[in-house]
Amino acid sequence: MDDDFLSKLLESHNYLTQRDSADHPAVNCPADRWTDCAKSLRDEHGYDMLIDATCIDWDKESPRFSAVYHLFSTVTHKYIRIVVDAEDDENPSVPSVTSLWAAADWHEREAYDMFGVTFEGHPDLRRILMWDSYPWHPLRKEFPLAGHDTELPDIAVREETGTPVIPAPMAGGPFVSSKQAGAMSKNEPRGADQSWNEEEEKPK
Amino acid sequence: MATKEISVGDVLARSSEYEEELDTERMTISMGPSHPSTHGVLRLKLELDGEVVTECDPELGYLHRGDEKIAENMTYNQFVPYTDRLDYLAPLANNVAYAIAVEKLAHLEVPPRCQAIRVLVSELARISAHLLGLGAFAMDTGALTVFMLTFTEREKLYTLFEKLTGARLTTSFTRIGGVARDLPDDWLNEVSVFVDQLIPVVDEVDGLLTRNRIFVDRTKDVGVISREDAISYGLTGPNLRGSGVPLDLRKDVPYSGYEQYDFDIPVGTVGDAYDRYLVRMEEMRQSALIVKQVIETIPEGSYFAEDAKRIFPPTKDKVMSSMEELIQNFMITTQGPQMPAGEVYFEAENPKGALGFFIHSKGGGVPYRMKIRGPSFCNLSILPKICVGAMISDVVAILGSLDFVMGECDR
Repeated sequence: MDDDFLSKLLESHNYLTQRDSADHPAVNCPADRWTDCAKSLRDEHGYDMLIDATCIDWDKESPRFSAVYHLFSTVTHKYIRIVVDAEDDENPSVPSVTSLWAAADWHEREAYDMFGVTFEGHPDLRRILMWDSYPWHPLRKEFPLAGHDTELPDIAVREETGTPVIPAPMAGGPFVSSKQAGAMSKNEPRGADQSWNEEEEKPK
Repeated sequence: MATKEISVGDVLARSSEYEEELDTERMTISMGPSHPSTHGVLRLKLELDGEVVTECDPELGYLHRGDEKIAENMTYNQFVPYTDRLDYLAPLANNVAYAIAVEKLAHLEVPPRCQAIRVLVSELARISAHLLGLGAFAMDTGALTVFMLTFTEREKLYTLFEKLTGARLTTSFTRIGGVARDLPDDWLNEVSVFVDQLIPVVDEVDGLLTRNRIFVDRTKDVGVISREDAISYGLTGPNLRGSGVPLDLRKDVPYSGYEQYDFDIPVGTVGDAYDRYLVRMEEMRQSALIVKQVIETIPEGSYFAEDAKRIFPPTKDKVMSSMEELIQNFMITTQGPQMPAGEVYFEAENPKGALGFFIHSKGGGVPYRMKIRGPSFCNLSILPKICVGAMISDVVAILGSLDFVMGECDR
């Protein structure tokens, strides 16, 4: 039944192409037709729920970013996956579907926050998980797992207390390995302070 | 001195009358990130006109740990403990949802006993999450006793979880292709005893709250979500069903053998905080029914997919006595369960709603991209809409009735 639906959909929307999928029907949609396609899927095919929206970073490939949408129908209980490639690799952009599904608002904000993909027509495209002045997009493939040292937004604290915010050291945190040579226990920042124990007193 | 009469019937009418007759100044207050009713670290920037909320801007991310980035850097089995920390009120249900998502990628069917165990632990997790959700909701609206009652039951559940998995909270019970171990001796009897003890407590909570004048006044017609809004905002779980949409993935897109069990889906009619409370109460009873059915019908057999030689490591006694099994164990432990290339999206009906995993795999033991759809994230996105026009004290009731958990919202 799924194959039947998919072939009919591909026939009636000739700009769509089939996409490999291990489960639900999946199609590729060009960015400039995405809003038309979304409108038709919602109004004519009953996909009334935008269940999930996210991006994938293809790293060295071009187009580099793809937006992935999962729609669900509360009537037929079927899913469909639509993948929209962002055309520009430097300033990737995909049309927003916030006017069709209110759920797209936060999902697209998250995708923008994590990948730096802008959603044209989004009414309020701000970061959602990271703070507004954060300079990176953490789910891009070149972003290291351990993270980058970043200045924290300490303006409010400094105003109140007169002291700046000192970020916790990256070394010793999760997924951070030290660049120094020697035994690992020596390089742990906490290791320096472990010379004392029950018998030996902590050096003053 | 001239006095001004203000009708106290309708909140919205009152706010408009204020605007016309009295010169008021808008005030912005910050609710959270550490406020008892925000159940974690949610911050709401509220703009107030007197006591009435005129604008609500939720700020998330205080618990963002980058789970999706971490998932791209470790094998499928290594990520199981991270799923404990998504909805940390129902870690077993998260484990199950994640394992099934990855198994879909490999087109792997687990044996019936494993499926039944997964259903059993998911439903127990649902009971435990709803017990906390209801207890905290009642406490937010001023009924402290309920919290004591539900937490006593929850403690019994934690003891059962500890017997099964070795941990009360960080259960990490599933593996790709099975579960970590079979059920301990006599454990099912203990679960059965627990379920029998649970129903009278649910009845007692029912008696304390359902017709309690204070509770009804605080929740009825508060935070009303229409059917259309609920669907448009992508709400799932009890919050969606409270608005009258009978959507439950356990019935509509059955997984892990849910189609064998007989249970009902409670739905609300109005979509207010009171309806969401009623839905959760009934869901606990239905979960108890499912648990009883699983205990009666649990099949014998293996608790993991024995023929999945590149996905599930062999049992320890075989590793120690056979060369081939030793190699198999070594390969899966070091390189991860071997998955084909492909894309898969699976969501399970968790206590808070549909917890979804989208996985893009290029083959091998590590996902190329994994997106986690946290139901609380979507459920909270409706806050700016339903908080406007409510009073500050209503915001507390609304937050309690949405029953969110920031672990899976911020991921």
